[in-house]
Amino acid sequence: MAIAEQQTEGTSDRSWHGIVLQTLKRNAVSLIPYVPDRVLTPLIKNLHADPFFTTFATAREEEAVGIVSGAWMGGRRGAVLMQTSGFATLANVLASLAVPYQIPLIMFVSERGTLGEFNYGQSLVCRTMRPVLDSLALEHHTITRLDELEFIADRSIKQAVTTQAPVALILNPLLTGGKVFDK
Amino acid sequence: MSARNTKIMNRFDVTSRLIAKLQHEEAVIGGIGNTNFDLWAAGHRPQNFYMLGSMGLAFPIGLGVALAQPDRRVFALEGDGSLLMQLGALSTIAALKPKNLTMIVMDNGIYQITGAQPTPAANVADIVAIAVGSGLTNSAWAADEEDFERLVDDAMATSEPNLIAVRIDDKPGVGTTRRDPVQIRERFMHGLGVREPL
Repeated sequence: MAIAEQQTEGTSDRSWHGIVLQTLKRNAVSLIPYVPDRVLTPLIKNLHADPFFTTFATAREEEAVGIVSGAWMGGRRGAVLMQTSGFATLANVLASLAVPYQIPLIMFVSERGTLGEFNYGQSLVCRTMRPVLDSLALEHHTITRLDELEFIADRSIKQAVTTQAPVALILNPLLTGGKVFDK
Repeated sequence: MSARNTKIMNRFDVTSRLIAKLQHEEAVIGGIGNTNFDLWAAGHRPQNFYMLGSMGLAFPIGLGVALAQPDRRVFALEGDGSLLMQLGALSTIAALKPKNLTMIVMDNGIYQITGAQPTPAANVADIVAIAVGSGLTNSAWAADEEDFERLVDDAMATSEPNLIAVRIDDKPGVGTTRRDPVQIRERFMHGLGVREPL
């Protein structure tokens, strides 16, 4: 709990969310539709506060994927923020839009369902995520360490754009503190 | 205007009327199935994007293009069955208020391409009422072809999102889009001036 608080609170650039925000900005990723998640709250709040970004909620994750796909074809980069359960709604849009049209879809997934999950449904849906990613041979990384975050996020965004392929960056509770029962 | 007082039109005819009006390299997103088949049949343009899946995402994709290129007018064409899959997108668009996005709903009350089964909304829901209730106040049924053309002209002159609903018959699409997603996407990006051809 104490470690989690230290890692999720505050606006320091060296917090996980500060690094994500700066890495998005450095890579000119400015359109950020999201379906919220408790762990993502400080990132979402700081993205809203920064006029560089156009940050807004969507009703469903696949809607957000459609928006950033259209934006990319129009010359603007975006990224989608979501929770594990939201990723589970994306198999169709990944297989019928992002992958076949070669769209560099950048996804940040806050990982629920592991390392202290208290909701059985969350832990089950989490187990579907990597098999879906692997079944489409999609690049994905599970980020557990603060000192690796910038490297993985920066390189993965650049790789997505240059190879025109989607990437999922899974933000593990070891990085973010996750969500625990008493929060 | 209620849907019940509108003329039943034809998707290909209405789509052709829209395309004939486009003089400024406007982007057009064609939703899955007959909607993009008729867009294709109306004559390919470099600024057309054809969806081969991702049912329900024509308006979100159109929104993305509109946000990326605020000086280009964007039209997104969607079937009623597709729209029912993603009604939340109407509120997202209403909240963002893109000044350059016009949504056109082709409403035949059926899933024509799968065997003409009625949608759950057929005979009970009103697409325009849903759109207005979702925050898209500039939404209207087209009474007939002339009214559709007038609504398109109005949409091109306004600086807020518009939705035009058209009651259409049960005819299938006239053409069949060539199913080459990479070419479709690449040519669309050329058409939008994002990239040069190799």
